[in-house]
Amino acid sequence: AAFADPVPDAELVVNEEIELVTRVAPGPAVADVLTEVYSGWLYRESETRAMQMDDFDNPAMVFVDQGLDMWDTVDGTEGKSCASCHEGIESMKGVRTSMPKMNGAATDLWSLENFVNDCRTERMGAEAWKWNSNDMKNMTSAISLQSRGEPMKVSVEGAAADWWERGKEIYYTRYGQLELACANCHEANAGYMIRADHLSQGQINGFPTYRLKDAGVVSIHQRFVGCVRDTRAETFAAGSEEFRALELYVASRGEGLSIEGVSVRP
Amino acid sequence: AATLAALPVAAETAPGTIAFDGGAVAASLTGAPGDAAAGAKVMTTAALGNCVACHELAAMPDVQFQGNIGPALDGAADRWTEAELRGMVVNAKMTFDGTMMPAFYKTDGFIRPGDGYTGKAPEAELPPVLTAQQVEDVVAYLLTLKE
Ligand code: HEC
Ligand code: HEC
Ligand code: HEC
Repeated sequence: AAFADPVPDAELVVNEEIELVTRVAPGPAVADVLTEVYSGWLYRESETRAMQMDDFDNPAMVFVDQGLDMWDTVDGTEGKSCASCHEGIESMKGVRTSMPKMNGAATDLWSLENFVNDCRTERMGAEAWKWNSNDMKNMTSAISLQSRGEPMKVSVEGAAADWWERGKEIYYTRYGQLELACANCHEANAGYMIRADHLSQGQINGFPTYRLKDAGVVSIHQRFVGCVRDTRAETFAAGSEEFRALELYVASRGEGLSIEGVSVRP
Repeated sequence: AATLAALPVAAETAPGTIAFDGGAVAASLTGAPGDAAAGAKVMTTAALGNCVACHELAAMPDVQFQGNIGPALDGAADRWTEAELRGMVVNAKMTFDGTMMPAFYKTDGFIRPGDGYTGKAPEAELPPVLTAQQVEDVVAYLLTLKE
């Protein structure tokens, strides 16, 4: 159906210079179910799309600035800041594209939030930030911005393979009293309207995202919580194994899309 | 409040005991005809039927933001009998295998059901999304959809 298509000809160029890929041929994870992979940006109204095209209009940039300040802020018993070890935050370029991934010891699948907290607790002697705390979202926003324009590409090999399978199973499970899976809304019905919402493919390349409705930054897992709750289900917790597995699987569905973090959504 | 409203009344057919004939349910769940005006309300209220989340309905021009995942409901009563429509509202999966349309009068067989839209597990027995009376009200409204 023509209506099911995202805006056909919009191009996402930020600050008139950074060209982002919002349409891409499906990667291996979705080659058999999607004909093209689309960023959620393409499904938004033109005003919302425009806000993301200029950093002066993008409300998320205030939070990025707070994250940048935090990068240089000494915290914890070791008297260190992120910059003490990583120097300028540009050193984080590309990091967001491969998240989530196995940790250094290859014992667990970690999201960006886990890596940040690992440095805080193990290397700085500082307290872990809560998954959806402002400090954490400001920091992941600042880190994600360093990868803006780089293609998403997660590893689903080796120890990550089992996590990926688990995430895939979750994606197709019809949860809750309304018995709806991610796939019902974001695979079978992307492009259609569910009440006032134009359904996208539910990609995560835009995260963290500034949601106008919430007037704040939303993390990937926060969005997952909202979507599962809307099926009248008992959700999984932000940071849970289930949502990290789901994050890996959803990331693989968006392979090749540019990291937009930080995006703007209604 | 939703929990209280959903407690089955003695004369009603309980969710687990519905007699399907294929996808159709012949007998009224309350033993009485529904109220079409109340049904229209149920269909447009987000916490209740929220049918317009997925269906367009030209018969309700005042209702903004109608979804288009399912077919438009105009003329539904020309296409389906009362029993078929009741069966679809009770549990559309009995009519359309694997359909996205939720079952509105069912209380078991769910994966991680929640307490309404709280995201939490239910503390008491799970009520159906719609009461027997609300199902009958919706059926009464659907029966008015003739072209
Ligand atoms: C005492 C040194 C130190 C401090 C302080 C520190 N880090 Fe790290 N960080 C490391 C080391 C070492 C690694 C692991 C590098 C590796 O294995 O590639 C790392 C890894 C990371 C990674 C994962 C990078 C990747 O490519 O996988 C992120 C993200 C990160 N740090 C963010 C932060 C943030 C944010 C802060 C401050 C809140 C911080 N770090 C503070 C030393 C530090
Ligand atoms: C009942 C329908 C429904 C279900 C089921 C659902 N979502 Fe969503 N989701 C939405 C709507 C509506 C939006 C907002 C519009 C959009 O971006 O698609 C949304 C947005 C999203 C977004 C943000 C996309 C962007 O670019 O901003 C992600 C990511 C997402 N969903 C992932 C999921 C995942 C993963 C699941 C399964 C756990 C899921 N959704 C289940 C309806 C649903
Ligand atoms: C989440 C989406 C969704 C919701 C909510 C929903 N439906 Fe449906 N409905 C569908 C889909 C999809 C179909 C098409 C059947 C199929 O899967 O092939 C359908 C089919 C129907 C049909 C048959 C359509 C025809 O004319 O052939 C009727 C009648 C109907 N729905 C009524 C309702 C009513 C009444 C409600 C609310 C109490 C409702 N629906 C809520 C998705 C939905």
